[in-house]
Amino acid sequence: MNDLTAPECINESRRQFLKIGAVAGGGLLIGFHLPLANRAGEAEAAASEFVPNAWIRIDADDTVTLRVASSEMGQGVYTAIPMLLAEELECDWARITVEMAPADKAYTNPLIGQQLTGGSTAVRAFWTPLRQAGATGRELLIRAAAQTWKVKEDECRAANGVVVHKTSQRKARYGELAASAATLPVPTEVFLKEPGEFKLIGKSTARLDTPRKVNGSAVFGMDVTMPGLLTAVVARCPVFGGTLKKFDATTAKNVAGVRQVFAIQSGVAVVADSFWAAKQGRDALVLEWDEGAHAKLNSAGIRTQLEQAMKTPGAGARNDGDTAKAFKAAAKRIEAVYEVPYLAHACMEPMNCTALVKKESCELWVPTQGQTGAQLVASKITGLPPEKVKVNTTFLGGGFGRRSEQDFVAEAVQVAMTTGAPVKLVWTREDDMQHDYYRPATLNRLSAALDKKGMPIAWRHEMAGASIMTRVFPNSVKSGLDRTSIEGAANLPYAIPNLHVTWAMENGAVPVGFWRSVGSSQNAFITECFLDELAAAAGKDPYQYRRALLAKHPRHLGVLDLAANKANWGKPLASSRTRGIAVAEAFGSYCAQVAEVTVEHGQVRVQRVVCAIDCGMVVNPDTVVAQMESGIVYGLTAALKGEITIKDGRVEQGNFNDYPLLRLDEMPEIEVHIVKSGEHPGGVGEPGTPPIAPAVANAVFAATGKPVRKLPIRV
Amino acid sequence: MISLSVNGEARTLDVDPATPLLWVLRDTLGLTGTKYSCGIAVCGACTVHVDGAPVRACVTPLSAVANKSVTTIEGLSKDSSHPVQRAWIALDVPQCGYCQSGQIMAAASLLAKNPKPNDADIDQAMSGILCRCGTYSRIRSAIKQAAAQKSGGAT
Repeated sequence: MNDLTAPECINESRRQFLKIGAVAGGGLLIGFHLPLANRAGEAEAAASEFVPNAWIRIDADDTVTLRVASSEMGQGVYTAIPMLLAEELECDWARITVEMAPADKAYTNPLIGQQLTGGSTAVRAFWTPLRQAGATGRELLIRAAAQTWKVKEDECRAANGVVVHKTSQRKARYGELAASAATLPVPTEVFLKEPGEFKLIGKSTARLDTPRKVNGSAVFGMDVTMPGLLTAVVARCPVFGGTLKKFDATTAKNVAGVRQVFAIQSGVAVVADSFWAAKQGRDALVLEWDEGAHAKLNSAGIRTQLEQAMKTPGAGARNDGDTAKAFKAAAKRIEAVYEVPYLAHACMEPMNCTALVKKESCELWVPTQGQTGAQLVASKITGLPPEKVKVNTTFLGGGFGRRSEQDFVAEAVQVAMTTGAPVKLVWTREDDMQHDYYRPATLNRLSAALDKKGMPIAWRHEMAGASIMTRVFPNSVKSGLDRTSIEGAANLPYAIPNLHVTWAMENGAVPVGFWRSVGSSQNAFITECFLDELAAAAGKDPYQYRRALLAKHPRHLGVLDLAANKANWGKPLASSRTRGIAVAEAFGSYCAQVAEVTVEHGQVRVQRVVCAIDCGMVVNPDTVVAQMESGIVYGLTAALKGEITIKDGRVEQGNFNDYPLLRLDEMPEIEVHIVKSGEHPGGVGEPGTPPIAPAVANAVFAATGKPVRKLPIRV
Repeated sequence: MISLSVNGEARTLDVDPATPLLWVLRDTLGLTGTKYSCGIAVCGACTVHVDGAPVRACVTPLSAVANKSVTTIEGLSKDSSHPVQRAWIALDVPQCGYCQSGQIMAAASLLAKNPKPNDADIDQAMSGILCRCGTYSRIRSAIKQAAAQKSGGAT
């Protein structure tokens, strides 16, 4: 999740990486090793005379197979990525076949430097290279046709999988041309369509995965099956950092169907013929843990640690002007403490991974966001070279960042090394909830100085929390700063001349990880709610207050105005309803939301959300709408319900009864407006989440007159 | 030995009768369309029909469905032609899709009992089926669309 804001990444010599090749039986393969934006060391493309890692394959029978290297976890890449390829290839959309790419350097996400789906990068990263791959295929097929017919290439056109010679009306199907196209040299230049020429991109296109998701045939990791497959369940120490002292498996082994019980790094694995037998076996284990240093840890203690960290200066995340001086000149000063709790990801599909380890190879079937990571982890554990680890990516029953981790892959590989037989490692819901990498809990002290007119002249934001990158990409942590922790805070867009943001790293025992929209998911709440406090102190309308401070940020302003207008901001509301507004930039996109809420009998109910999104050029509009709905609902659960608490070194919550999710009867009416834009595509999977908590909290503030400074919202 | 009908097919199973129906469907019969998510009947991902009524398979022991008729997502229709499935496709309801078997089975059950559900009926029948991706608005619209199709077909 690095360098996610980098724009177009394709540089000088893309075409030297482009490969074409032939398929047995007369077909065409097009692929390439993508140059990496920032990880140059990885960029040497292995010269392959074949193209085993193609993006596009055209067979003699006209089958066009398009590969997707990004994981489908609901966000629609399984459709959007093929749209990029097909747009330029001019194949028949109704007849394409899509398959998931294996783990291979050829499929590296150029914005991240790994094959990893995260940071809302899939379309942003592959926007140019995959259209170029498609265009290359189209040019080759046209050239093959022109040579066959002995006509000029520019007299030929390709559409719907057929090349047509304009004057003679001769036609040839792609399948007929593929074999001769495969013998041609790679074109030295290809032309991409102007946006006005797009046939697929920008048009709402039915998702390719939907048919399988309405009849039970979509294969998620949990559904992988094969002859001789065993199931494993692991008992782990409930206390963070605890280790296994000893265990007695006598009773567990008496459970019908249990085959083996043995220790692995994370605990004790029970392997059985079925999940239920494995689970019964695990329940029957007698376990003794060394609970370690954190056995007495609790949420109050963690808050004290964060308070202590706040007393340290913290690393400088941004320092504009002279904040201290500006405070002295203030007409009014405002201070507040904001805090957010740990959150679990709670994907509907609990973590799982199927592994088969042989002497010379390892194969994984796994719902993962991180193919490169899975390959490397399996390689390290088995001692096999990475290329001997085959990664099959299934559909993901939710990801949200959780599936970029490799803990469940490591367990599966360890278990499979002992069993020899293929084994599916399954986490229960409780395992998933209690052994997550949580969204970090943070503590924030904010202060602002207002001038006589009520406008901010200084803003100070001191943050304390745990670092994700220190564990995940340690080299990216520089001068004590984790970029993912400060995003949404250090890039505050408002025109405030004196601005000081600091972040104090406090890495405790609770593991933390990427959670949909990462730092922005909480920092938008903190900054956008504090801004409403300033507007209130100034006696100004929060929308107009933002407008006045965003003059130099047209894209923020654009979505803010659109959301406000569509929500009839400033016009009377049905009695008992109040409005709140918030705007945030995240992952290259801009999103503003207006929430209408009611607060009755101590209950906050979100009635309506109007969302405006500027994500640059849009690939599949209906997916953008769906992802805004999705990001809002994910963020609403966090705003209204989500809280992981720690007691005796362990997570107190275990299932959806004590970590509830938003339900259908609590669903607000959601209206999504997409800004028409010619800008480079921005992210879509995450930007819908950051504004919702502050929009709702600000509406609650409007209703109660009491600022909301802590999540989940309690009135 | 326990006998039951699964998707119209008679089955006699030599499985511990205390085993939850969910795991019998998934691990014994290979019907993986019915999902495991919570295991304690709070999320509804495992919803199947037992003699036509929606049931949480994760907490239903096999013994409880002896001599009964179980329908899973695989048996709802042969070709995804059930009005609920058609509406789900038309509105592109699923995102990750993991909860959708449960959603569809609950919706089909609602419409079988109540061909013209209002919003309150939908709230009541569907609020126990959790979706983390936030497909709720589309679920509501798709149920209404399926209801309209159904009544349209009847006239």
